[in-house]
Amino acid sequence: MTLIFNRRQVLAYSAAAAAVLSGTIKPAAAANDSAELIKKFTGGKTPQQGRVKLDLPEIAENGNTVPMTVVVESPMTEQSYVSDVMVVADGNPNGGVVTFHFSPASGVAEANTRIRLATSQDIIAVAKMNDGSFFMASKPVKVTIGGCGG
Amino acid sequence: MAVPRIKLDRKEAKKGELVEVKALVSHVMESGQRKDSAGKTIPRKILNKFTCTVNGKAVFSADFEPAVAANPYIQFKFKAQESGKVELTWTDDDGSKIVGEETITVT
Repeated sequence: MTLIFNRRQVLAYSAAAAAVLSGTIKPAAAANDSAELIKKFTGGKTPQQGRVKLDLPEIAENGNTVPMTVVVESPMTEQSYVSDVMVVADGNPNGGVVTFHFSPASGVAEANTRIRLATSQDIIAVAKMNDGSFFMASKPVKVTIGGCGG
Repeated sequence: MAVPRIKLDRKEAKKGELVEVKALVSHVMESGQRKDSAGKTIPRKILNKFTCTVNGKAVFSADFEPAVAANPYIQFKFKAQESGKVELTWTDDDGSKIVGEETITVT
């Protein structure tokens, strides 16, 4: 069976196809939600640079599993401790990576996990102190083979 | 359900010392981004929450997003306060839990 379209159908289909295409391409071309996530986490405050140390390989051969260590300088006492650390990646389909929750019982604000990176991008860690201040660090990572099933 | 592999860097610690916990659990951590051979999106299925308690008191927790690698590995430290049970819990998207435990002796 051959399909024969008249002009009206062709226009309708191509319009639909264009809508689908623009719908799928746009989110990838624009930055992901990492900036909004940080804004939500800090409540609009701008985090200061420093105190946070983000350790990642400069070049990750396999984006499916990239070791990442976050260390935040803090005495970790009842008076002064790190409560939360959020890690975001600005080149993944979703910005959020992981959020660590610490308490004075942690003794030290340090955690390590393995993450997925879709492409070469910046990783940003934002730490929230118990006094309401925020500190951040970022690190670019080059990815040779992307993760996230890309 | 998968059995997590948990390792404490010491079984006995002096009060106030830091104990390092390393834990690995096998899980697909399906991101919800991948498509199967028929082009259908494979639904997201990840462990979204991890908590560690010592004698029921929370010492560390984490929220995982799909960007955490498959078979999630986590390493952190806590301050030894009292002897007892170190319990690690992972919560799946479907609500099921993976639980593992170790004991620590504090002198």
